[in-house]
Amino acid sequence: MNTPSLSRAFGLLLWRDLTLAFRRRTELFNPLLFFVLVTSLFPLGIGAEPALLRAVGPGIIWVAALLAALLSLDSVFRSDFEDGSLEQFLISAQPLSILVLAKVVAHWLITGLPLLIVAPLLGLLLDLPTASIVTLMLTLALGTPVLSLIGAIGVALTVGLRRGGVILSLLVLPLYVPVLIFAANAVESAGAGLSIAAHLSLLSALLALAVSLSPLAAAAALKISLS
Amino acid sequence: MTDNPEASSLEAHSLSCIRDDRTLFENLTFRLVPGQILLLEGRNGSGKTSLLRLLCGMRQPDAGQIHWNGEDIFQLGPDYHSDIAYVGHKDGVKQDLTAYENLKMARGLGAPNPTFSIDEALDRVELWGFDDSPARTLSAGQQRRLALARLLVTRAKLWILDEPFTSLDTLGISIVESLFAHHVAAGGMLAVTSHHKVSLDDADIVRINLSS
Amino acid sequence: MWHFFHQLGSPKHFYRIAGRWIPWLAVACVVSMLYGLYQGLLVAPTDYQQGDSYRIMFIHVPAAWMSLFIYVVMAGAGAIGLIWHMKLAEVVAISSAPIGASFTFLALITGSIWGKPMWGTWWVWDARLTSELILLFLYLGVMALYGAVEDKRTAARATAILALVGVVNIPIIHYSVEWWNTLHQGPTVTKFDTPSIDLRMLIPLLVMAVAFKLFYVVVLLMRARVEVLERERNTQWVRELVGSP
Repeated sequence: MNTPSLSRAFGLLLWRDLTLAFRRRTELFNPLLFFVLVTSLFPLGIGAEPALLRAVGPGIIWVAALLAALLSLDSVFRSDFEDGSLEQFLISAQPLSILVLAKVVAHWLITGLPLLIVAPLLGLLLDLPTASIVTLMLTLALGTPVLSLIGAIGVALTVGLRRGGVILSLLVLPLYVPVLIFAANAVESAGAGLSIAAHLSLLSALLALAVSLSPLAAAAALKISLS
Repeated sequence: MTDNPEASSLEAHSLSCIRDDRTLFENLTFRLVPGQILLLEGRNGSGKTSLLRLLCGMRQPDAGQIHWNGEDIFQLGPDYHSDIAYVGHKDGVKQDLTAYENLKMARGLGAPNPTFSIDEALDRVELWGFDDSPARTLSAGQQRRLALARLLVTRAKLWILDEPFTSLDTLGISIVESLFAHHVAAGGMLAVTSHHKVSLDDADIVRINLSS
Repeated sequence: MWHFFHQLGSPKHFYRIAGRWIPWLAVACVVSMLYGLYQGLLVAPTDYQQGDSYRIMFIHVPAAWMSLFIYVVMAGAGAIGLIWHMKLAEVVAISSAPIGASFTFLALITGSIWGKPMWGTWWVWDARLTSELILLFLYLGVMALYGAVEDKRTAARATAILALVGVVNIPIIHYSVEWWNTLHQGPTVTKFDTPSIDLRMLIPLLVMAVAFKLFYVVVLLMRARVEVLERERNTQWVRELVGSP
């Protein structure tokens, strides 16, 4: 209890962020609503023919997930930056990358996991086959953490900027492309009855890479942004 | 790393800081030993906050080095950070957390201080009874005191404070001054900027004026 | 020799040394570019499959190579600036960004021109063109971030991190786009078929590659000198140079 403990700090920060999010419960629904809204716009834009929707469905849902993730990114460091908590993380006795990881995990639980839960509903809206819907949830489970992790680097770079939100999309979306490609294609292939083993292993590899490198990059970026 | 307070020392060698192409200060050298207070004076914009942030290790100096116990603070990393505590312009207080929860988090980020429990720290800054209140219900002065309570729950030898007396009323000021006096008497060190006149009569003060 | 490199690291000496090298490199660049274009556009034989329209490749391919090469240089220089706090490395990194973006844009335009006679459309979602497009966004991101941060030193360090993240992602993006391309294109031939390499085609290609590299170095040195002047504008030597009171 009297020695600084890394796992304790990680747990505390995770608890803190989840508690803070829970105390502003109504804001939890924003990325979720955006996800559903954007997906629903597409049939209005491209026509509601079932075969068409089934064909482009996986791509639509995943693009909507990307945009919802992008929208929610700002909240990762915004509040801590504004009230001075972020500075405290920088001079903490604990490594900043672990603190960042705790925040990203909390962020994913708050904004990414809900997308997973709502996905079957969207699958039904676009009349995707069951195999596709299951794969959709699998790819979201593997992919949305990657989105949070990569996004955290972008937010860390732009948190101190006045109009950082505009640049954030430019920085982060090109980096999201591989996830989009592998995930959307997995859902499509599953619908056609093809194997998705390759897709899932590629997504897992991306996740492993992101978990190990993103916190370090984001921590370095935070130190620069706050210097 | 030793717990003997006599071994601690903060040394700055030829520090210089450049912000937005303006040289704020250069060739700054000083030494701080246990029981001393570093008081930074100067006009607004003269670099006081920048110097404090350099001391925290938040920014690399454009020239020069900062040594803690003889070692460069950037080499020491977390070992240095466990020995310092910082309260800047902003309080670092989460509005949606209670006073108790805020201190719990602050304690987890540093090296916990066995001498003060969180309740005792709150008591010491006269926030007893507010431990379950969300920080947003506290006044500006109370939030400032909560921010300063952070100094008590970690085992920091060097306190780095930027305008600590902001928003404080007379009671708050006297509480904080007594905190400082105790800390310094116990062998701690202080680096402060303050517009308010710091009245610590017996203190060993090192004054640096950045406007000169 | 070591002394030369050490001197080069100082902004003041770099300014002077670079100024002397630029005219020579510029001449070499012009000469090689004229030679390369002459060989490529006039001397090299007509391709039996694509006719004369393939000749745009003598610009497209080296431009694409440069777009990638410059990004790696930018990331490398950024890393050096980050680790060793070398001002000149930071200057090289940020001066390279617009040049790299321009080469990427050139690759896209020439790629589009190349594709038009073959497929009748101005744009094809070919693997390479799509990768180049994403690379252009990566460059624009670096330039946008640099412009948004006020303190130049902080800006240089932030963009160095971004460039390093980009450089790690480029192979991943490239691979995923290739993968995507092979899945979604039907029987139509989509890769820009570089004609089977005849020596008379290879030589102009390599000459153009060298010419573009020289072009990059010349423009980089010119931009870097301007950037150095701006960053060091409060120092003695710049004041004397510019002649301000």
